[in-house]
Amino acid sequence: MTFTLVLPVLLWSDMLVWLLVLAGFVLGALSWRNLPLRAAWRRVGRSRPGMASATVLVVFVLIGLLDSLHYRPRLENRDPSQPAAYAIEVLSVLDAMASPLRARNEKTYSEPLATRAYAKESIEVREADGRVSTTRDFPRLKFGGAHLGESEEKRDADVLKRVLAAEALALIVVVLASLGGACLLAHRQGVSARQAWSSLWKGETEFAWNAVLVTLGVLLLAWLPVLALCVDYHVFGTDKVGQDVFYQILKSVRTALVIGLVTTLVTLPVAIMLGILAGYFRGWVDDVIQYLYTTLSSIPGVLLIAAAVLMMQVIIDTHPQWFATAAERADLRLLALCFILGLTSWTGLCRLLRGETLKLRELEYIQAAQAFGVADLRILLRHILPNLMHIVIIALVMDFSGLVLAEAVLSYIGIGVDPTMISFGTMINNARMELAREPMVWWSLISTFAFMFALVLAANLLADAMRDAFDPRLAGAS
Amino acid sequence: MLAYIARRLLYAIPILIGVNLITFALFFIVNTPDDMARMQLGVKRVTPEAIEKWKAERGYDKPLFVNGKASGAAVLTDTIFFTKSARMFVGDFGRAEDGRDITREIASRMGPSLAIALPTFILGLFVTVSFALLLAFFRATYLDFWGVVLCVAMMSISGLFYIIGGQYLISKLWRLVPISGYSAGLDAWKFLILPVAIGVISGIGSSTRWYRTIFLEEIGKDYVRTARAKGLSEITVLFRHVLRNALIPILTGVVVAIPLLFMGSLLTESFFGIPGLGSYTIDAISAQDFAVVRAMVFIGSVLYILGLILTDISYTVVDPRIRFDR
Repeated sequence: MTFTLVLPVLLWSDMLVWLLVLAGFVLGALSWRNLPLRAAWRRVGRSRPGMASATVLVVFVLIGLLDSLHYRPRLENRDPSQPAAYAIEVLSVLDAMASPLRARNEKTYSEPLATRAYAKESIEVREADGRVSTTRDFPRLKFGGAHLGESEEKRDADVLKRVLAAEALALIVVVLASLGGACLLAHRQGVSARQAWSSLWKGETEFAWNAVLVTLGVLLLAWLPVLALCVDYHVFGTDKVGQDVFYQILKSVRTALVIGLVTTLVTLPVAIMLGILAGYFRGWVDDVIQYLYTTLSSIPGVLLIAAAVLMMQVIIDTHPQWFATAAERADLRLLALCFILGLTSWTGLCRLLRGETLKLRELEYIQAAQAFGVADLRILLRHILPNLMHIVIIALVMDFSGLVLAEAVLSYIGIGVDPTMISFGTMINNARMELAREPMVWWSLISTFAFMFALVLAANLLADAMRDAFDPRLAGAS
Repeated sequence: MLAYIARRLLYAIPILIGVNLITFALFFIVNTPDDMARMQLGVKRVTPEAIEKWKAERGYDKPLFVNGKASGAAVLTDTIFFTKSARMFVGDFGRAEDGRDITREIASRMGPSLAIALPTFILGLFVTVSFALLLAFFRATYLDFWGVVLCVAMMSISGLFYIIGGQYLISKLWRLVPISGYSAGLDAWKFLILPVAIGVISGIGSSTRWYRTIFLEEIGKDYVRTARAKGLSEITVLFRHVLRNALIPILTGVVVAIPLLFMGSLLTESFFGIPGLGSYTIDAISAQDFAVVRAMVFIGSVLYILGLILTDISYTVVDPRIRFDR
């Protein structure tokens, strides 16, 4: 008999997500040791739009990471002599934290913050004399505003009270955080706290602390009220099957991050290796590699993805015995999609790296190394690869936003993630038909697009800041 | 010049063979025809006889590369590779699941696709180049700054949002044009105007930003300074000198997309119910019609390679400094 409450589950995509975190740290440490790259990171840190968007992205990444720790909860077991049994359902830490959102399902659509459903239904009303009559009315929601009981008219006052309390808390946290930041800065630079405070807000610090603090403040002011409300209301409404839209959006974040980041991670080794080999060895190696990527890139991306996904579907459908749970199948399908997207996107990076290697190998220091008889492998690893890192880093951030947008389109066409997996694409696809309803169901579509916009805009702004900092041609200009 | 074009066309042959092999590998080796038959027939009706019948009806019952039972040239020709893949080189794409001839279907659907794609392309190019030129004219002012911010914001909006939002606003709320549909002839304009407008708007963000950097790069060059030193007005400098020179990278950059206009746009066509090649592809994907998807992959690559060749030729046409005679 065991006393463990949960059975940890490691999905394949979880593994890649955590591998990605590790790779991020390794890449960060390596580029910190390289002086030009460290200078570039410092330039990124000075960029205010860059740091503001990085703050937003960190929040998204934290949500995604919480959603990447999966487990199966233990079932209630009355008989202590039996071995512990675990639920077949795979949950994540995020699910556990958001369990009020996940479990409180209504019957169908309801508006944001509503206490009653969106469409009229026949309700049985027991009259005072015991007769039962049916009327058509908007039924009361099971969970939305349930704590109000019968007094639904108090909803506005309740919402206002919660929002004000949350805003007050947010303000206190922001002020404390900036005071703490100023004190820390004063301590590290050996100046008075007052000086540190003024230099912090004038933007005279090495790192754009003011942008981070302002963004943090805006995020707290916007989201603490939502968190305060979401325990008892459906802040963004519910969808057709009554699931909370806010919960679905939180779950979509991980899918978007996996698509945007894992895809690049799986293509990076291939693109780097082939690009360097083609550029460095030239001759027939170059010919073969060029032929390979020209052929692959001459197939229009969407069509190649469509063909590959169709084939993957056939494999999945004809081999149901490979997947123990539905979550596992959806997960492997997500990974397969990443690999397929990678198949079409490595060619661009490979071509860039080949061109840069061609240029580098003609430089004196490489020729000197060759003259000294340094082995080719050592030249590639020590002298060429570090000098290509800026291209790799720029490509990584530039691809991200495009991939997140592509996921939505592909899921709409029906060649994206598994229909059971919550993602921005599947949410848009489900919400699309609701616009034709009378009266219109607008909330799920609008909130999905808004969150996707926030994620992609932050990624685009960070990508711009990083490109400006890492591209040697642009670095001198700014 | 002719020799150069001929050489480029010869280069295209091995690439096309490669594309052909990739599609063949994807559709016949990764999944055998048996798998496809099981998929198409559904789980219930799968019997060995039904699979054999399905394969025989579509000509998938032959060996992949070498037919040992046949004699003479038929050893190579009476195979799946020859009948299904190699025949694509001569424009024979076989039949779709519903029995229609794919080649004829493609020919009849190219018109509607072009009717959307061509105006979108030309209008989009005009709008984005003008917008980028405006930003370049007001460079380093607030107008330029907020223009670029607008571009980044527009880039970050999903293409689906433009389509769904436009359809809702223009067609449903204001009832200006029909939501979807198509008619041949001159009546088509009222079905085309919204998809074209949405196509242009959704492309503004990224292209404008890209063209703006090209303009700014050109403005920093010496000949522009000389032109200004001669006393030319800023308008003359921009239109007579900068625009004409910046059009070289812009035009050669978009030439590659011209042949692909025939393919239409997947999203626009399916949302607006245009009977073009894009919606044909989407329908084939959702119906898992492998023959059609295979044909579209091959045609798409042919058009793309054609675009690359056109790009190289356009370089020599617009920029006399570039010669390929070596």
